[in-house]
Amino acid sequence: MTRIDNNAVSVRGLVKHYGDTKALDGVDLDVRQGTVMGVLGPNGAGKTTLVRILSTLLQPDAGEAVVAGYDVLRQPRQLRRVIGLTGQYASVDEKLPGWENLYMIGRLLDLPRKDARARADELLERFSLTEAAKRPASTYSGGMRRRLDLAASMIGHPQVLFLDEPTTGLDPRTRNEVWTEVKAMVGEGVTVLLTTQYMEEAEQLASELTVVDRGKVIAGGKVEELKARVGGRTLRVRPVDPLQAPPLAAMIDELGITGLAGTAVDGESGTLLVPILSDEQLTAVVGAVTARGITISSITTELPSLDEVFLSLTGHRASAPQDAKTTDDRQEVAV
Amino acid sequence: MSAATTTPAADVRIPLRAHLRHTGALVRRNLLWIRQDPESMFDALLMPVVFTLLFVYVFGGSIGQALGGGQDGYVQYVIPGMIAMMSMTLSQGVGTGFSQDFNSGVMDRFRSLPIGRGSVLFAKISVELVRMLFATAVLMIVAVLVGFHITHWGGLFAAVALSAVFASSIMWVFLTLGVVLKNAQSVQAMGFLVLFPLQFGSSIFAPTNSMPGWLQNFTDYNPLSTLADAARGLMVGGPVAHDLWVTLAWSVGITAIAAPYAIHKFRTKN
Repeated sequence: MTRIDNNAVSVRGLVKHYGDTKALDGVDLDVRQGTVMGVLGPNGAGKTTLVRILSTLLQPDAGEAVVAGYDVLRQPRQLRRVIGLTGQYASVDEKLPGWENLYMIGRLLDLPRKDARARADELLERFSLTEAAKRPASTYSGGMRRRLDLAASMIGHPQVLFLDEPTTGLDPRTRNEVWTEVKAMVGEGVTVLLTTQYMEEAEQLASELTVVDRGKVIAGGKVEELKARVGGRTLRVRPVDPLQAPPLAAMIDELGITGLAGTAVDGESGTLLVPILSDEQLTAVVGAVTARGITISSITTELPSLDEVFLSLTGHRASAPQDAKTTDDRQEVAV
Repeated sequence: MSAATTTPAADVRIPLRAHLRHTGALVRRNLLWIRQDPESMFDALLMPVVFTLLFVYVFGGSIGQALGGGQDGYVQYVIPGMIAMMSMTLSQGVGTGFSQDFNSGVMDRFRSLPIGRGSVLFAKISVELVRMLFATAVLMIVAVLVGFHITHWGGLFAAVALSAVFASSIMWVFLTLGVVLKNAQSVQAMGFLVLFPLQFGSSIFAPTNSMPGWLQNFTDYNPLSTLADAARGLMVGGPVAHDLWVTLAWSVGITAIAAPYAIHKFRTKN
């Protein structure tokens, strides 16, 4: 096998079965060096199985996977030296203090004692955990634990970092903290493969996306391209008087804003819905609404939920129905 | 370090020094657990006290009478057996601890690091042996207080060493249970089911000559009987060689099967 590309991760025809369940059913995937690949899919799509195979925790039934130039089946030890893994559940030793967790991993990565100590101090500082260094990780908040987990993944200066649903179960504020840290790591040139159920997270962190469902890749490409295909955001405008919603919709339709697909009205709540593809469209619509002089109780924009993404990409709903609506980025605009 | 290679070369081997370093780091982790949670030492501290007092004062009189030495004679009989019993009971801890590690996700971290798979297991066994030595020291203090005579120290140390060897072989079995079974409770329940008949169907607490023939057949081959008898011979005198060799043979046999199996299961767990 000759590697003429500069892919940090390269996967061909990966298959993994659990009994009759096909967790992975022939997955191809390439992640270019220094980029962030988001793997988006519902629960049970095979995201975690993919990450576990790429980090050598699990052996595939068929197919090939190469990470940082090392084959997952033939060179697992060399591969483990150049990757970092942050799992869905914080994989730190809860009984150990934060510092001891990092020192232990430094030693397991063959750092001399002195270097392991220095690296533990350095990473605690960087992830704002210095004050909690001596406390057992079990006393940490969810966000602190996740940060400690990220710090642990960074000890060996990994070339490729696997983040398996890094913010699942975190509150929005903590999620933002984790995003900031991940962005900083990417700035240092680490290649990241990130799995997520949230369109918003993928949009925040990833430059490219692979959408998976039932063990298969169903779509892939740049985040912008995929967003255009699924229709971007939805603007929701709610007049104080619900009866004002239909005339407002009619007015916007008449304006003929470039590229705007049309409007809809949610009659029950008296809300105007406008699919938005660009910031220019958003500005034009909001401008038209305010020019009309109607009193508004709220304006929000919403990213499509995972379900809506699947619906527009595949024509069917995500296989495992769930509540993965990405509504945390609602920007409430008081008018 | 450049990542791209043209042909996948064979995987690197982990040098012995690195193995020792990794095991050392993991031993430190397990010792820190004890410091963080001193209650985890209660069983090692209290079990020798409770069991010694229980057996010596509850059964000691009547069994001792049958043995022909009264309660004092029973103390000489049962203390070497206690060393054997404790080594077994404490061995269970490796299985439950291991199971907890798996359920906490920290095992994923270890298994994604470039370390030998064995070092995680060796570290668990090493720390458990330390706990066992601590418990044995407590046991011997209680033993002397209830009237045990240490006739020669060499024999005592040899008996403790033999128990440790046998216990480390049994720990591989418990490590396997810790990997295979779902949670710590199942490991404990399963361990109890295995240990209870082995401990009481043996010469640990009472001589086997009054037991029915079929049970004697069992106890004769029960490694806990041979371990207890060997310890007894070493500590208070009597024949040793046969029991010693049988116990060592059991230890080697169990380790030869259970250790590779435990490491294999550990390596391939989903």
